[in-house]
Amino acid sequence: MDPVFIAQLIVIGFTFFMLLNSAAVSVYLERKVAGDLQQRLGPNRVGPYGTLQPVADILKLLFKEELRPKAADAFLFALAPVLSVTAAFAAFAVVPWGAETTFFGLLPEPIKLQAGDVNVAMLVIFAVTSMGVYGIVLAGWSSNSKYSLLGALRSSAQMISYELSYGLALAAVLLLGNSLSLTEVVNAQAGSWFGVIPKWFVFLQPIGFLIFMIAGIAETNRAPFDFPEAEQELVAGYHTEYSSFSFACFFLAEYVNMVTVSAVATNLFLGGWHGPLLPEWLGWMWWMAKVLALIYFYIWMRWTLPRYRYDQLMHFGWKVLLPAAVLNLLATAAVVLYWS
Amino acid sequence: MDQVLFYVFAALTVVASLFVIAQRNPMYSVLLLIASFLGLSGLYVLLDSPFAAVTQIIVYAGAIMVLFLFVVMLLNAPHEEPPLRTTIPVTIGGRPLRVGAVLGVLFLAEMAWALSRLARQPIGGDERTAGLVSSVRQIGVELFTTHAFAFEVTSVLILVAMVGAVALAKRNL
Repeated sequence: MDPVFIAQLIVIGFTFFMLLNSAAVSVYLERKVAGDLQQRLGPNRVGPYGTLQPVADILKLLFKEELRPKAADAFLFALAPVLSVTAAFAAFAVVPWGAETTFFGLLPEPIKLQAGDVNVAMLVIFAVTSMGVYGIVLAGWSSNSKYSLLGALRSSAQMISYELSYGLALAAVLLLGNSLSLTEVVNAQAGSWFGVIPKWFVFLQPIGFLIFMIAGIAETNRAPFDFPEAEQELVAGYHTEYSSFSFACFFLAEYVNMVTVSAVATNLFLGGWHGPLLPEWLGWMWWMAKVLALIYFYIWMRWTLPRYRYDQLMHFGWKVLLPAAVLNLLATAAVVLYWS
Repeated sequence: MDQVLFYVFAALTVVASLFVIAQRNPMYSVLLLIASFLGLSGLYVLLDSPFAAVTQIIVYAGAIMVLFLFVVMLLNAPHEEPPLRTTIPVTIGGRPLRVGAVLGVLFLAEMAWALSRLARQPIGGDERTAGLVSSVRQIGVELFTTHAFAFEVTSVLILVAMVGAVALAKRNL
């Protein structure tokens, strides 16, 4: 068989495997960082420094009883978690995580380190993440429980509101990178100004980066925007009625979405796999370091900031974030037009 | 391979669309419509226009259908939101059926006209423009030069619709 084809298959399998693992690592990080921020130790019983805690968590979840409310819509109740997790994984398919490589000459032609290269990658990510809301909405509706329904309604309203700013922040980067392909946008950020400042778009688009991160946090339903599952008001929001593996699916989807937003932000604003010191073929190390830093930022936010009020969230999304994103896009377009 | 995928996506689109009207639960109707849109977007990918495929998902399957789902969910659960109960339209009687029949005949005529036009042209389009259609840059250039008037008129139309929707909703409140 064609070695390039086999290598591509291996890269796809590896990407999937790493994404699964990244969710486990994020869960461990979340608990450890939370412990650190609250001046406790965090998990430290299972394995060295508690590193096997995610494994224990997953096993515990899988061995729990699968419950379904009597009045629930059986088909949609089962479909919702599957949709959630599928959308989460599918979005990552177009995210590149390293420079093109031939694996030290093993392959006749270089392949890209990503599951699939699409020339409209940015739009694909946008489209697939917008499908993720169906998992949450269906979970809320099919559970036939008021907490779940309220969580689902909040989630869809929130995601629709913040998707706009998210998309406009993407569009501004698109203008700078002059392409919809993530690989090309990353390559447009190679090199540095005056040999010191790396040519990352975060320096050209500081407002865009802020908007992207805020909207990203809202899109992934993380604190301080975790209204869909606000424990104090809604028990657990849209996944109140879920247990065992279905709950694990939602849990997994949340962390995979977090990783995806961090990865996309890394590629769009932080120069992807470009960085000093390391050679090109070790670029994925830079990439992972940046993604981990952003995930840390995510967790830091969650355990530092209290939840907003719902009307504040809507006010902020429509009257602050959206105008800021539109102005940012207009300014970027004007500058790009003037310079080129 | 392409042929097999074509039949899979085409079957998905057609069967899902049929079931949208063939069953009673509005929730399932919305979901089947989404499935149908996804099949359609698969067909666009097979036609080498990923941009159209992705736009189809973002605009229709993503944005518009979420709103549909929202409405259906709220209408299905009147106990959750009592104020909304009064706005449920009661569409029983002959009139909607007659309007539907007229629309159906119009649509049939439209399809016949479109197909008769298509029959006179070779299927597959022009070889030279095939690559250009999928390019986002080309779509943008076409939109803002050749079709600038239509583009602007559409945006005004959407604005009017939006203002109208707000005005209607406010009156009911």
